[in-house]
Amino acid sequence: MREYGESEAVDFAIIGTGAGGGTLACKLAEHGFSVVAFDAGPYFRPLEDFASDESEQTKLYWTDDRIVDGANPLQMGSNNSGKAVGGSTVHFAMVSLRFRPEWFKSRSLLGYGADWPLNWREMWDYYREVEQALKIAGPVSYPWGPHRPRYPYRAHPLNAAARALAKGCEAMGIQWTETPLATLSAPRGLAHPCVYRGFCVTGCSTNAKQSALVTWIPRAIAAGTEIRDLAMVGRIELDNAGLVTGVHYHRDGAWHFQRARNVVVAGYAIETPRLLLNSANRKFPDGLANSSGLVGKNLMAQSNQAVWGVMDHEVRSYKGPPSLAITEHWNYEDKGKDFFGGYSYMSQGPLPQLWADTQMSAHGLWGSRLMAEMKNYNHVVGLKIVGEMLPQEANRVTLTDELDQYGLRIPRITYSWCDNDKRLIDHSLRFMTQALRAADARDLWTQDDDTCHLNGTARMGSDAANSVVDADCRSWDIPNLWICDGSIFPTVGGVNPSLTIQAIACRTADRIKALALRGELEAHAFG
Amino acid sequence: MHDFRKIPAGQDRYPGYDVLAKRLGPSWNEQTRRVITRRLSIGAEPQFFTAEEFQTVTAIAARIVPQSAARPPVPVAALVDEKLFRGALDGFRLAGTPRDGDAWRLGLKALDAEARTAYGGLFHSLAEGLQDALLTRMQAGELKAPQWGSMPPKDFFEKRMARDIVLAYYAHPTAWSEIGWGGPASPRGYVRLDFDERDPWEAAEAGSGDEASVRRINRHVR
Ligand SMILES: Cc1cc2nc3c(=O)[nH]c(=O)nc-3n(C[C@H](O)[C@H](O)[C@H](O)COP(=O)(O)OP(=O)(O)OC[C@H]3O[C@@H](n4cnc5c(N)ncnc54)[C@H](O)[C@@H]3O)c2cc1C
Ligand code: SF4
Repeated sequence: MREYGESEAVDFAIIGTGAGGGTLACKLAEHGFSVVAFDAGPYFRPLEDFASDESEQTKLYWTDDRIVDGANPLQMGSNNSGKAVGGSTVHFAMVSLRFRPEWFKSRSLLGYGADWPLNWREMWDYYREVEQALKIAGPVSYPWGPHRPRYPYRAHPLNAAARALAKGCEAMGIQWTETPLATLSAPRGLAHPCVYRGFCVTGCSTNAKQSALVTWIPRAIAAGTEIRDLAMVGRIELDNAGLVTGVHYHRDGAWHFQRARNVVVAGYAIETPRLLLNSANRKFPDGLANSSGLVGKNLMAQSNQAVWGVMDHEVRSYKGPPSLAITEHWNYEDKGKDFFGGYSYMSQGPLPQLWADTQMSAHGLWGSRLMAEMKNYNHVVGLKIVGEMLPQEANRVTLTDELDQYGLRIPRITYSWCDNDKRLIDHSLRFMTQALRAADARDLWTQDDDTCHLNGTARMGSDAANSVVDADCRSWDIPNLWICDGSIFPTVGGVNPSLTIQAIACRTADRIKALALRGELEAHAFG
Repeated sequence: MHDFRKIPAGQDRYPGYDVLAKRLGPSWNEQTRRVITRRLSIGAEPQFFTAEEFQTVTAIAARIVPQSAARPPVPVAALVDEKLFRGALDGFRLAGTPRDGDAWRLGLKALDAEARTAYGGLFHSLAEGLQDALLTRMQAGELKAPQWGSMPPKDFFEKRMARDIVLAYYAHPTAWSEIGWGGPASPRGYVRLDFDERDPWEAAEAGSGDEASVRRINRHVR
């Protein structure tokens, strides 16, 4: 791996190596820029470092101290963000979906949320690039939306949990399909195909999972990027002219400074606004890139409610990736909705610890009732949504006065559902209850409190007054400060976000190259 | 397909199945063996809790995850203690709630105060029925002793106390065998994925009346 000196100003210092930062590091290096990418977490070697064990693998999660409040406090930790080279994609569930095209203009076309400054046709090409890069395994033809090319790898076989989803959809008269997944269905280089061991959300020990760690990061290193792991960036430094000069980071017990011509923040929707706010200085007392006052605001989780039941059949949903089948029906069908936005729902495969905690916290069981219910583990079947939640300024990340292990102020995360969020959730629970019953499951119950994924907090837009970055992920206020991760979403849609984050990172890299060639950028590569 | 509803609640659903018998087989890699060996060798003495606190945690665990005498015991309280001693955090807490270990100490003190007020004794000394009554009221958010401070008892139950206990129990191979889970699965994963399909390295479930043959199958699961 190439390494850079701290006093050597690199073209780009990237903070975070997940879906956004890892992808961007790769693409920028391949375009010829010098890049150092920082991550607060370690650089894991899955084949040697990952055990087949839920407890042990909590080492992948961002578990630094955070305060949650609001009417519906979010669950963080395992449920939300990673701390490792590769970011949250190291333990994500690999579901790789495109946005519905109209969502990029949801304000003007659908009447809610905010418009993105991006064009869906251009995004369609970048989605293609990412699907190829990750060798997504998906169905021959996708039932919803405009035509998309064939997925590079064939779809994975269905497990019993996925068959139950299919049966429910067919009974309800809606379409379903095999979920497009970022795990190999055929060999790729030295990597074996997925062996259906089902530990995906605790990290894939076989490298079948096409996380940023095994896709973009090796490419980034081959193109000359330095990955600096176990390096927590605490503050972004500026000069008197108001331009970024580099980053202060904590590594090996001490603070260091790396000079850079450009800084990209890609720490995900909590750490990105936290760093921007923690970097406040005399010129920018409210935090960096915050002239709109929107940094930290419009945090959006996605609703993640479920209906669970048991079947007479053995299901053993622990086998295979957790979500092998999906329906996006209610993302594309607007008739019969009493809410804005959409949701998809997928089959599920919780491992024992997660399942027992769900039975305790969401179903209220403990004692002999819990022990009895857990014995039905192999018969459990469930459907879970990824639902759109609307942007609200009151849902936000702010700083508290408490400090973390690096001496940095910790974030407070405030979250409350709005009426539209609740109507969407109710609709989905009603529909999935019917669908699961039609699949011959019984003893149904609903888990109504869960959320997943995080977006917003540094939204992109076409106007500096009501957004933080422009379409190129460049901050309106500081021309050499960029944000490229889930934070920049103005709306979230009803699909998991990582494919869109990666597609935007690919586009951003191309835009940065174009800007550099036109002389509109601080960089050596094309200077 | 088995009619598992006909099996009496107390009966073993996976008779003869011991997930640890797979330990040296291709479903366990070296790093997993190391992790589980470490877990199985956790000492009985607390390192984080005081002796009195540990007594209370042990009593709570016995009510949240009551264990059957038929399988080897799971040292739930010791597993919780080990996690807190390591300083492993969940990574989030409600406003007004202290960090994980401090929340535990506060909650145990408050629970004992509640026990003394309601029944005149420390929690661990109460009869099971009274312990359950207190835990039920904690879960419902009905406990109000000043010792709780700004930490809501209901949240302490759901997000800290019962959560840590349940996670500890289901981190143990005994629990995995009990519910018929395949356990660690790397490098060997699974091949048969459909309804009622079982790989030979997974536990067979007892229906009504076939216990002996199922036990024979499960003895050979490796
Ligand atoms: C359990 C789970 C399952 C999921 N399943 C799916 C799925 O199936 N499909 C899907 O599309 N999405 C899924 N997601 C969501 C997806 O993983 C994230 O949306 C995506 O990875 C976010 O990308 P990002 O680049 O914004 O942040 P991340 O990928 O989280 O990367 C951020 C990185 O920045 C680092 N970092 C943050 N702050 C600093 C700092 N100050 N200094 C140094 N480093 C820092 C972090 O350590 C982290 O590695 C899942 C998430 C979870 C938690
Ligand atoms: S099921 Fe496949 S993708 Fe998931 S952890 Fe196993 S091998 Fe990796």
